[in-house]
Amino acid sequence: MNKTFNQKAWYFVIPVFVLVAFNAAVPLMTVVNYSFQETFGSNVFAWEGTRWFKEILHSERFHASLGRQAIFTFIILLIQLPLGIFIALTMPKKGWGVPVCLILMSMPLLIPWNVVGAMWNIFALPDIGFLGNSLNSIGFDYNFTQQSGDAWFTTILMDVWHWTSLVVLLSYAGLNSIQPAYYQAAEIDGASRWDIFRYIELPKMKKVLTLAILLRFMDSFMIYTEPFVLTGGGPGNATNFLSLDLVKMALGQFDLGPAAAMSLIYFLIVLLICWIFYSLMMKDEART
Amino acid sequence: MKKIKWLVPTIYIIFLMLPIYWLLNMSFKTTTEIINVYSLWPKDFTLENYVTIFTDSTWYMGYVNSITYTVFNTIISVSAALPAAYAFSRYKFLGDKHLFFWLLTNRMAPPAVFALPFFQFYSSVNLFDTHIAIALSHCLFNIPLAVWILEGFMSAVPKELDETAYVDGYSFGRFFFKIFIPTIAAGIGITMFFCFMFSWVELLLAKTLTATIAKPIAAIMTRTSSTSGYELGLLAAAGSLTIIPGAVVIYFVRNYIAKGFAMGRV
Repeated sequence: MNKTFNQKAWYFVIPVFVLVAFNAAVPLMTVVNYSFQETFGSNVFAWEGTRWFKEILHSERFHASLGRQAIFTFIILLIQLPLGIFIALTMPKKGWGVPVCLILMSMPLLIPWNVVGAMWNIFALPDIGFLGNSLNSIGFDYNFTQQSGDAWFTTILMDVWHWTSLVVLLSYAGLNSIQPAYYQAAEIDGASRWDIFRYIELPKMKKVLTLAILLRFMDSFMIYTEPFVLTGGGPGNATNFLSLDLVKMALGQFDLGPAAAMSLIYFLIVLLICWIFYSLMMKDEART
Repeated sequence: MKKIKWLVPTIYIIFLMLPIYWLLNMSFKTTTEIINVYSLWPKDFTLENYVTIFTDSTWYMGYVNSITYTVFNTIISVSAALPAAYAFSRYKFLGDKHLFFWLLTNRMAPPAVFALPFFQFYSSVNLFDTHIAIALSHCLFNIPLAVWILEGFMSAVPKELDETAYVDGYSFGRFFFKIFIPTIAAGIGITMFFCFMFSWVELLLAKTLTATIAKPIAAIMTRTSSTSGYELGLLAAAGSLTIIPGAVVIYFVRNYIAKGFAMGRV
């Protein structure tokens, strides 16, 4: 669409700008403020310069939790995107199955995050949980509170359970927007199922998949409540993701300076990745 | 191939329902039964957990609080995002691309980062422990999303619609409310669904910004479990009840999800 230049459009954006700035600017500045200072409690601060940033960037603990976080997000995207697209492709297109699928599949998305964590906790407990008990009774030695492998497995399974539906819903919406004429043309050309997917469905889903990838990346990279309730970062530090570690530092040990510096580094990492992705997307949009 | 196609969604739905069933199963058991007996259905069926929740005001007010701020937030987010999304979809203006990205960046700030500054900030403006505080703080991540989704829907509406309306003598306000909003009703439905969803499920900020008056149900659950031992049955019942408002909302927007997305470029 060719847009016209109109500076008055700013008036339309003002409410959004004010509301978001109100929430973003002051808290962000507080964090920036803390990140350069040492706290001694009761509002006494001393200037520390970039000391916290240097310390965080060189700390083993930060590297470890960043590594865990990156692996977690990578696995999540790797499982949820293909699985979500696959399920969307097999969903009914009309009839009573549509509302049934949509309603049941959206349910995990609308459960408060700590309830999700608590629900999976009692579901996976080796003695009284269905998952834990079943796995143990068929011969697996499963205990997510003690074995780090099991803790990872449970956390990933929980996230797949929780969020795959978002990818399904978005992909399904994208698929629904394809005119039947495309499929008829493909049939005349004798295209295989794979060709239809590769050259018709996938390009048509590009917009929704972009949204899905960005949302899944951001939310899985910032995951906090669910693993906090499910594993609390344990056993040991096995599932101690970036947010969990950060909150432990900020509220547990009350190291506001380092925690603030870590927050900013964390924020910048998310920002950088999303910016690269966003620019690539915009470039692509300008081309087509 | 065609015959077994329904199998995939079915298996997926069964997988989704299992943990929910387990939660429901537990909510009808007594805490002693949960801990001592492993059974696939309640042997000693009880409604006691639900009775406790519906008779104790600290419990049921939690639901009222959560629904209140979620509705506030949905209304604020969508009504602020509508004109902004219109501006982004129709006009170029100074700094538009940067502003759009800046909005998105707020969706990327880990809430864990902001918890403490938010507490200090909202306390200093005397909004601590009010519904409006949570509703406003959730705007941080809901407004960017709302603008993004609505912009997609609006861009799909041809500009000729606007121009024809002006030629017919419509003022901007009349055009916007009488023609444009009904045209993108499905998009607004989807946006409201997403705003409701993300506000309803968020806990960290909601918990940080409240003490007693506006405490959300999810936070009440964490508190009760720590003070009166680990009352699993009660916890399961409270958890099961948090599913209902979401399910109601999905029921209302199901047609929008099925059809509505089709018109947007989202």
